Amino acid sequence: MADLERFRADTRQWLEQHAPPEMRTTPKSQDEICWGGRKADYPAPVMRWLAVMAERGWTAPTWPREYGGGGLSKAEAKVLAEEMAKLNLRPPLTGFGLSMIGPLLLQEGSEELRREHLPAIVQGKIRWCQGYSEPGSGSDLASLQTKAVRDGDVYVLNGQKIWTSYADKADWMFILVRTDFQAPKHNGITFLLMDMTSPGVSVKPIKLISGYSPFCETFLSDVRVPVANVVGQVNGGWTMAKALLGHERTMIADAFKERDDRRKLIDLARKHLGEAQGRIADPIARDRITQLEMDQACLDLTLARSRDGMKAGHKPGPETSIFKYYGTELNMRRRELMVSICGPQGLGWEGPGFDPEELKMTRDWLRSRGNSIEGGTSEIQLNIIAKRVLGLPD
Amino acid sequence: MDLVLTEEQEMLARSAREFVGGRSSLRRVRELRDSGDADGFSRQLWREMAALGWLGITIPEAYGGAGLGWMEQMVVLEAMGRGLMPEPFTSTVLLAANALLLGGSDAQKQAHLAPIAAGERIAAVAYQEAGSRYDAHKVATAATRSGGGWTISGEKIQVLDGHVADVIVASARTAGGRDDAAGITLFIVAADTPGVTIERQSRIDARNAALVRFDGVAVGADAVLGAVDAGGALLERVLDRARIGLAAEMLGSMQAAFEMTNEYLKTRVQFGVPIGSFQALKHRAAKMYIELELARSAVMGAHRALDEGRDDATVAKLASLVKARCSDAFVLVGNECVQMHGGIGVTDEHDIGFFFKRARVAEMTFGDAAFHRDRTARLEGY
Repeated sequence: MADLERFRADTRQWLEQHAPPEMRTTPKSQDEICWGGRKADYPAPVMRWLAVMAERGWTAPTWPREYGGGGLSKAEAKVLAEEMAKLNLRPPLTGFGLSMIGPLLLQEGSEELRREHLPAIVQGKIRWCQGYSEPGSGSDLASLQTKAVRDGDVYVLNGQKIWTSYADKADWMFILVRTDFQAPKHNGITFLLMDMTSPGVSVKPIKLISGYSPFCETFLSDVRVPVANVVGQVNGGWTMAKALLGHERTMIADAFKERDDRRKLIDLARKHLGEAQGRIADPIARDRITQLEMDQACLDLTLARSRDGMKAGHKPGPETSIFKYYGTELNMRRRELMVSICGPQGLGWEGPGFDPEELKMTRDWLRSRGNSIEGGTSEIQLNIIAKRVLGLPD
Repeated sequence: MDLVLTEEQEMLARSAREFVGGRSSLRRVRELRDSGDADGFSRQLWREMAALGWLGITIPEAYGGAGLGWMEQMVVLEAMGRGLMPEPFTSTVLLAANALLLGGSDAQKQAHLAPIAAGERIAAVAYQEAGSRYDAHKVATAATRSGGGWTISGEKIQVLDGHVADVIVASARTAGGRDDAAGITLFIVAADTPGVTIERQSRIDARNAALVRFDGVAVGADAVLGAVDAGGALLERVLDRARIGLAAEMLGSMQAAFEMTNEYLKTRVQFGVPIGSFQALKHRAAKMYIELELARSAVMGAHRALDEGRDDATVAKLASLVKARCSDAFVLVGNECVQMHGGIGVTDEHDIGFFFKRARVAEMTFGDAAFHRDRTARLEGY
């Protein structure tokens, strides 16, 4: 305990000394959230914060030191997180490397793959993307057709991936490919790591109804990937994918929890709908807001319960589908309610007559329509709960 | 405090479930209803519950309780909810014992809490009046000073377990107008005091309630619970604790109804397959499961707040959160479970109807979801 308190004091001192003052604020826009990578182009304080934290391995506090991580115990990592929160410090780095492929490599990757990729993830040098969905394989992901044919020490890849988040900004992709066309669909899939600069890879952003382009199509034409880049077993990729999907779903729900707009709905309603005796004048809007905030509070408690359960040694299971389902549905309701409260001021696309906050709110609402589709649709989450939790028959 | 049960709490939960499973079947609940039993519950079972220490879980040892936490009471209430037990726990423990704990003088606590914990005294709290709906501050029953004491007149409705209560805690107006939050006083009245008439009421869930009339009931100055004119705030604090406890019981009931229905989905065959293979039903079952998990988190969060000794404002918000959640969830589960059972679900012969009816009564006990949403908005200042 004394050691931990010393660690806390040292950590706090170090953070105060090394954290740029600009990083002690909430990011003003998505552009300030650091995903790293070769194409990284962030404001100077963001890059400096990444550099000092990466040097200590504190971008990945609990990863072993031999792979560049911080080598901290869970208790120390908690102290670090607490001290960062006290100083209102932003995470120095985010992304699929830290949250998805890194942990998977630690669990399942070969020693060579770990040594090659983990330090680059910790340093924020390489940004990862996820190649799962295909034009013909959305909810039915396991039907994917991207073909990988063995040619000596390499696989030759041909096919198309879609809904690849930020493929245009990423350096490497973890990708699901079909290595056996005869086997049942779940048993012929392999999990590979692919360098996006390989010849034959081309990327095209997809424009969404919101006007944003967070997703891309990725085309693969005779792309050569070393056999050594297989994670797990050949034809055992579905197991890897499932492990990661559970993780992704918790991450998505968590993303909707981090909200600094707790009072935003209330303030919006006061502004657009007026007040009566200090309360939001429209009792129907008031009830919808309260319902939403109370649902959110219950989800937050459920997330906390799940985290506490894991601390106590419970294994995370299919209940992550709850978070994905409920977190996204809630976010969509929230965005919709905001626009509805704004009335005609919620209809702007761009230009005069709308303030930037209103425009962003409308775009965010449009973007939110994808929440219940990406990362496994709401219907797929309900299928998973029905099958794996409730044991209902096929 | 983490939102996980400790090993001891898990053990208590298991033994409580076993006790309820072994001693309180739904057949017993049905028989109590159909036989027109004068008590509407089992005094024998009540004594056994007392012997297990269930009635005094949150009562301090100094007053004859176990001095344990709300989390312990939560797992016991959940087990009672699974069996739809009609024993007078809500009235005696959740309402009356908490009223005494929060507002009672040492003498009042000494007088009542030990007999309550021992299962020797049943107590009710009479606060609801015709037309007051969920607002406990709408009190027309009046108490006027006379001699050194008070004279109470008025009528209370749907007093939980009023017909078997030995002692009744009643709210009465001692100052102000009918809707004022201030000017309410709580009185401890023995049920056999002259002028008290109690008439049993029959509600859809066959759980026990009564009309309680006070006709010039004379009580001494020592009958006042808490301070004169300050009973409104005290009552609100008591109700918040009762809401949290009731939510735990509701959670157990909806869990049991859901499990019963999930089993039915796997065994009932139509079109040559179990009906649980139909996606139309699967998705609705999955949504119920999600509602149950969210309700469970809210129930645990609210109980934790009480164990952590959080301030009244925090407890009030959590009480409304959990009561709103469990009200909506239980009604949904009740409705869906009847629908999924099909024709048999609307027969009196099948047990699922008991849960369905209980859902509606529990929903409207201590405020429904709409009431608690509005209360939340007020507590949050909008």
